Amino acid sequence: MNGDGWFHLLPNASANARPLDELWWAMVGLCALVAVGVFVVMFVFCIRYRKGRPANRHIAKETLPVELTWTTVPFLIFMGVFVWSLTLYARSRTPPANAETIYVVAKQWMWKVQHPGGQREIDTLHVPMGVPIRLMMTSQDVIHSFFVPAFRVKQDVLPDRYTQLWFTATEAGDYPLYCTQYCGLDHSKMGGQVIVMAPRAYARWLDQNDTGTSLAAQGAALFRAKGCSGCHGANASVHAPDLDGIYGRIVHLADGSIVVADDRYIHDSIMLPDKQIVAGYAPVMPSFSGELSEGDVLALIAYLKSTKPGAQPAHESTRQ
Amino acid sequence: MNATTLTPDLPELEPPRNFYTHKSGLLSWLLTTDHKRIAILYAITITLFFIMGGVAAAMIRINLVEPQGALLSAETYNKTFTFHGVVMVWFFLIPSIPATLGNFLLPIMIGARDLAFPRLNLASWYLFVIGGCFTIACLLLGGVDTGWTFYTPFSTMFSNTNVILVVVGVFVTGFSTILTGLNFIVTTHKLRMPGMSWFKLPLFVWAMYAVSVVMVLATPVLAMTLSLIGLERIAHVGIFDPALGGDPLLFQHMFWFYSHPAVYIMILPAMGVVSEIIPCFARRKIFGYKFMVYALVGIAVVGFLVWGHHMFVAGMSATATLVFSILSFIIAVPSAIKVFNWTATLRRGRISFEAPMLYALGFVGLFMLGGLTGLMLAAPALDIPLHATYFVIAHFHYVMVGGSVMAYLGGIHYWWPKITGRLYSEAWARFAAILMFFGFNMTFFPQYVLGYLGMPRRYHAYPPQFQTLNILSSAGASILAVAYLIPVIYLGWSLFRGARAGNNPWGARGLEWQTTSPPPKGNFLERPVVQKAYAYDEPAPGGEPATGATA
Repeated sequence: MNGDGWFHLLPNASANARPLDELWWAMVGLCALVAVGVFVVMFVFCIRYRKGRPANRHIAKETLPVELTWTTVPFLIFMGVFVWSLTLYARSRTPPANAETIYVVAKQWMWKVQHPGGQREIDTLHVPMGVPIRLMMTSQDVIHSFFVPAFRVKQDVLPDRYTQLWFTATEAGDYPLYCTQYCGLDHSKMGGQVIVMAPRAYARWLDQNDTGTSLAAQGAALFRAKGCSGCHGANASVHAPDLDGIYGRIVHLADGSIVVADDRYIHDSIMLPDKQIVAGYAPVMPSFSGELSEGDVLALIAYLKSTKPGAQPAHESTRQ
Repeated sequence: MNATTLTPDLPELEPPRNFYTHKSGLLSWLLTTDHKRIAILYAITITLFFIMGGVAAAMIRINLVEPQGALLSAETYNKTFTFHGVVMVWFFLIPSIPATLGNFLLPIMIGARDLAFPRLNLASWYLFVIGGCFTIACLLLGGVDTGWTFYTPFSTMFSNTNVILVVVGVFVTGFSTILTGLNFIVTTHKLRMPGMSWFKLPLFVWAMYAVSVVMVLATPVLAMTLSLIGLERIAHVGIFDPALGGDPLLFQHMFWFYSHPAVYIMILPAMGVVSEIIPCFARRKIFGYKFMVYALVGIAVVGFLVWGHHMFVAGMSATATLVFSILSFIIAVPSAIKVFNWTATLRRGRISFEAPMLYALGFVGLFMLGGLTGLMLAAPALDIPLHATYFVIAHFHYVMVGGSVMAYLGGIHYWWPKITGRLYSEAWARFAAILMFFGFNMTFFPQYVLGYLGMPRRYHAYPPQFQTLNILSSAGASILAVAYLIPVIYLGWSLFRGARAGNNPWGARGLEWQTTSPPPKGNFLERPVVQKAYAYDEPAPGGEPATGATA
């Protein structure tokens, strides 16, 4: 790539790469130092104290101070590395508040990407440079893992769970994407490209691939087509919870516990409705797990996020 | 102690008879309860399994010479690496040192006539053979494509291969491990001869004891986990599959709760072997004996608490990640102590470089490189890019092949004269040990680089930019294969033509060197003399060897 080539053996393509490469080379240096040190000492001893060579072979009785030294010193070094690593790890776990969310659904053996604007792609992910991107990921079948070496990011993608990772791409280009959790026959083919674009080029790409319907609008269409509105709508005859503005709200469950209606809660309420029953309602909701794909559920979540409490949301709203 | 320990006079033994010639005929072997004969049975069995696992490894390396896969289809490749993993882990590495060298030496080293439960010992071998043959038959006829880790929900709901059958085979074999561990624990507690106190035990015995505790406590968890897989696959009870109401991460927790301690089942015995060889050829007592004991026990205990470091990117909570990370760094401390103490044992010694010593020194170097790269993987931030790449493959092969296999072969060479009564060609043995060291590094060092560059593991085909390093690795593997074949030839020759070894060809300390080679059926013709451990500053009870390989 550019500049200090040896320092970044891999493309230095995200804000994450430099601090990680610093830790990497520090660890390589530490390991090399210890390994070379021990090898040299072993070698010197093997020469100096080989059989038949005259040498001082008096053995000191007291070994405790030496033992304590080489117990304590490695321990302190390890704790230093631990703290250093932890600060980087903490950052990798907390996406900034202004991060843009893109949705990823993994299935044997492809990556399906849904942008909030409704754009969809398979085995490629277009992202703008310089903008923090948060990927919300789930799997349609087995466990997969999303790995982009150029960004130094990796996260397993689980069925019926949402996992996330985030990065800020810093350099335009195409970077390989791999699946790193063994997922069956074509595991080694389950790859693709992450395409980092300058913000304007990215905006143009979004326009060119505009489907006319945002993810939330796709969700609204599903909400009607799959019959959700039949029970959860304003004029429904069935006694079912009102879902307008549900996202982020506190929900009281029949077993007395309290949960926050986050992505996973909404997902499970659709796919595994018996898991958590809302207090005051009969457990009559059927499971949609055979009927909706994980991508559909993501669209429904996007739709529910767009609704406001009280007011009927614009069911007909499509992006103009 | 009690009546089963040695009595000074053993009138029923005729001096020229050893445990081979005591009885003859196939049945006398298949029905034997002599720990030494059972050790030989194990050695033959695991050698066959090692060859099978090695052939699978060779097929993997040949396939990876070309980016699109040079030899196997994706389906066959997936079944081949599963075969390699299952066979090498459960049918070679876990039984390797304990079931062969441990079985043979543990009773002799503590001055006992046999293990505490000789018939149980034979039963363990039968369970092992039945489980092993059944598993391998299922792996060859149809195969399994899940990897040796059987991750759910792939293994329970998606794989159309013989998962259940192989799981049953591994389950059965697990009981062989549990029973061996139980046998060793009871033997160490109850059958030490008078005067053989805990801190006079050779470190090899301590290692066997520590590993037995791990075997007895960890293996049942594997049995439970495998049973739950069967229950989910057959009866659709929702345990791991979210679609049935299960938790997909639960399997990984349970699996690694067994499989991480299993790593220590593989490495603790290796540490024990090396702790015998280095003092012998440095002609001085081991440096920091008690620290070495505490380090073994410490590794065995903390080894149960670090399983989560296999799951840093699996979707575990940040708190769990933090705890498992710090514990993984802590367990590196006793390993570091051991490396430093082996090195310090060389200081002011009288070092000679027979083949066992070359293996032992090679072990220290390779184990250290495997351990140091383990530190990188213990740091969650670095584990994120490195996890599930060839970096991890290189790391654990340095520990398991560079460490355990080198130590196993070192131990085989060290105790060969005792076990067979004969010497082997020292020159060939040294050549093989050195060739193995270089072949090993050439095979696996490039894989560290491949992993850092992002090549994922378990890939049948890979992007072309990784080809050069893969070719280098495969070339190294062919050297390694030759280095493994050479000992088969000269050791085979030694069995029939080797010079008589005498009781103590290395001038070593320890009770096993005070008896005849090969030992008689009851292990000792005369009551052995208990010295402190590694008494290289005292004369050997049987006298130093007049001739032999050390000359």
